[in-house]
Amino acid sequence: MARGHHDVGGLPNAGPIEQTQHELSDWEIMADAVNQALGVRGIKRTDEMRRAREEMDSTAYRDMTYYERWIASIETILIEKGILKKEEIDSKLAEFEKKWGEP
Amino acid sequence: MSATNDQHGHEHPRHELSHYAKRIYAIRDLLLEKGVITEKDIQCQIEYQEARSPANGAKIVARAWVDSEFKARLIAEPKAACAELGIDAAALNEFVILENTEKVRHMVVCTLCSCYPRPILGRPPDWYKSFNYRQRSVTDPRGVMREFGLVLPDDVEVRVHDSTADIRYLVLPLRPRGTEGLSEAELAKLVTRDSMIGVMDALPTLP
Repeated sequence: MARGHHDVGGLPNAGPIEQTQHELSDWEIMADAVNQALGVRGIKRTDEMRRAREEMDSTAYRDMTYYERWIASIETILIEKGILKKEEIDSKLAEFEKKWGEP
Repeated sequence: MSATNDQHGHEHPRHELSHYAKRIYAIRDLLLEKGVITEKDIQCQIEYQEARSPANGAKIVARAWVDSEFKARLIAEPKAACAELGIDAAALNEFVILENTEKVRHMVVCTLCSCYPRPILGRPPDWYKSFNYRQRSVTDPRGVMREFGLVLPDDVEVRVHDSTADIRYLVLPLRPRGTEGLSEAELAKLVTRDSMIGVMDALPTLP
């Protein structure tokens, strides 16, 4: 069985550990808080989130930052459970972008 | 409809945010509109995380160093022992304390992602979530420790523990030699975050 993209323990050619810490942005704190709030409300569990990350596109998994992966997983789980629709999120986003002055 | 953004200028998303960064605000607003979660839920979680820091873990470790009965309770019933110090570990499913000795050092990783004792220590550091740490910790733990500044003799065994959604670990580092004269509060200052993940020992002297 091929390894999943998440299953990286022991893979060769890893470099030194980069120990610098970035300060969390507001959107990262928001992603964290929304995720935890959904957990407290019993809407998603940690292993569901992990499964969503394990099943996402492998290139996307490597390219996304940590909280981007969280957000993608939250979206997957909410859509799977029928709580949100992708189109709703897209149109809400389009609303924001119009307001923020994006094409 | 996105009034919550306008009320909180500090969290106002900007157009330079990445695609997924923007989407969390759309998801957040939709969840609020539908009443799936509330503004208060989100605020509570932000405050909950802000209140969690390695200082909590340091308090637990320092108490274990000065009180052997507490240490025994901590190892037997970690969540109950944390509660004695006013530290709420209830959100953890299974919580395991790994006691370092002169002959055995424990090191914690989550090779699959980033599971971490967040209710105690707060959010994990960036390096803990990095691919390099996740990859190397299980095959080259001594090399990782060396990078953090800990060089172990060959006769010290290293045990690496891979966290899961269900099991979280906290390393109880060795009490440094020559610290008999320090108070519990001073001892807590020797207990670094990295020593509770197990990539380092506790600081040998007060910083």
